[in-house]
Amino acid sequence: MEMRAPPTAVELKNVAVKFGNFTAIENVNLTVEDGEFVAVVGPTGCGKSTILNLVTGLLPAAAGEVGIFGKTLSGLNSESGYMLQQEALLPWKTALDNVGLGMVFQGHSIAAARERAAPWMAKVGLKGFEHRYIHQLSGGQRKRVAMAQTLIMAPKIVLMDEPFSALDVHTRRLMHRILLKLWQEERRSLIFITHDLEEAIALADRVVVMSAGPAARIVGEVKITLPRPRDVSTLATTDEFLSLYRQLWSLLGAEVEKSYRNQDVQIEPLQEAVETVEA
Amino acid sequence: MKRKDKIRATQLGLLVVLLTLWEGGARLGWIDPFFFPSPMSIIRRLLEWFSSAQIWYDLGVTLLETVLSFIFGISGGILLGLWLGLSPFAASVLNPFIKVFNAIPRVLLAPIYVLWFGLGLASKVALGLTLVFFVAFFNTLQGVREVNPVVLANARLLKASRMALLKHVYLPSAASWIISSLRVSVGLAVLGAVVAEYLGSSVGLGHMIAQAEGVMDATGVFAGLVLLSAFVVALDALVDRLEKRLLVWRPRENEEETALAAR
Repeated sequence: MEMRAPPTAVELKNVAVKFGNFTAIENVNLTVEDGEFVAVVGPTGCGKSTILNLVTGLLPAAAGEVGIFGKTLSGLNSESGYMLQQEALLPWKTALDNVGLGMVFQGHSIAAARERAAPWMAKVGLKGFEHRYIHQLSGGQRKRVAMAQTLIMAPKIVLMDEPFSALDVHTRRLMHRILLKLWQEERRSLIFITHDLEEAIALADRVVVMSAGPAARIVGEVKITLPRPRDVSTLATTDEFLSLYRQLWSLLGAEVEKSYRNQDVQIEPLQEAVETVEA
Repeated sequence: MKRKDKIRATQLGLLVVLLTLWEGGARLGWIDPFFFPSPMSIIRRLLEWFSSAQIWYDLGVTLLETVLSFIFGISGGILLGLWLGLSPFAASVLNPFIKVFNAIPRVLLAPIYVLWFGLGLASKVALGLTLVFFVAFFNTLQGVREVNPVVLANARLLKASRMALLKHVYLPSAASWIISSLRVSVGLAVLGAVVAEYLGSSVGLGHMIAQAEGVMDATGVFAGLVLLSAFVVALDALVDRLEKRLLVWRPRENEEETALAAR
């Protein structure tokens, strides 16, 4: 049994998700191999986060099937770790205790959790910040605490929902370096939601493009052939990177246009307002 | 540092001026000492009281009543607040009842409590407890309801059990509300104890004030009031320390304020 090829970590088969009459996603097929880094891009409001909620088991599929390591998912997914987009650390705990929080929730003592968390502080470059409270950390440092908090639990499937979208460009690049280093050390399946194509190309093995919602589906994917380990600071200027970017934009650009058109109602009054001001 | 000294000096100056005017006014006959006894006579009365052992007994009884009302009121309020905060159904069911109970002017429950529990300690604690309970309850409820939903979602994603959520998320989140309620509660616990003593008792600060009032002794009433405020200020300082210890994780607003003021 164990000699077989590693099983697919995540397999979505013809999945649909509905909220009442509203169909968020439909006919979504997505596989993520064990140890594969997949980025999902798409226009705003296309249901990218819905995919993560499906994989964690927070949302049931209205149609289709969610398979986790070959088994149909029912209830919460015990193999996944989820890093949210918004700030979700406990302000009344120190950075170290926030990193060890999952351990404490699993019933380990606080001392044991701290012992396990200490090397993780170093891994995300926060040695010396163990006893800081959250308000004493910068935005990038908080993200690193959140990253360590998710990864310390050793989930086989890591889910990240636009984790670095609120950061400035330089801090974001630092986050990319740290994330890639950690992932390189211990490869896990990773689904990374973003709206930033450069970010997706720099990090992932494969970029999946979703259509504009409602009833969003996957319109295509591009394999990222850039060699690893990657140097995120010089990557963006290479020809290969630019050609991948063009390929992806040819898929995504049309969908973004569509999503604008869906929002026409909101854009028109704005246009009027602009014209009034100008007149 | 300089600004702080300046504030202290001005405060002291203000106090001295007020007391001097009061004392001078009383001596020159501008103020009737029958209604407004001079500061010196109040101090003399206090010294007189403290020369006997009886005052310590009175203070001790009032303190005991205060502490008991405080502890029972706070724990009851926090428990009910947590329960209703975590169970929207129970909260909706009990909401009108709580509103009605809360609408009762609670000090007026004192006569009932004297009827039920007699003139001793129990009726005093009952009144203080009732006063403290509602403050603790409403603050806890508010604190639990204001838990950041993203933080809560994240804790759930980290597979926190219900007990773990309570211990690591709900209670600490509600802590700042609960602790701010402690400061109000200390005052109310004292109020409950003293008012109940005033209405019927044989010991305590409230009893001393009632006795002085009974013989038209304004000096005694004022001395009692001074003692009472000192008593509350001392308890308040204790709560202040507790607050600083429990809320170390909060950004200190004062730091920014002083930094701004220094410019």
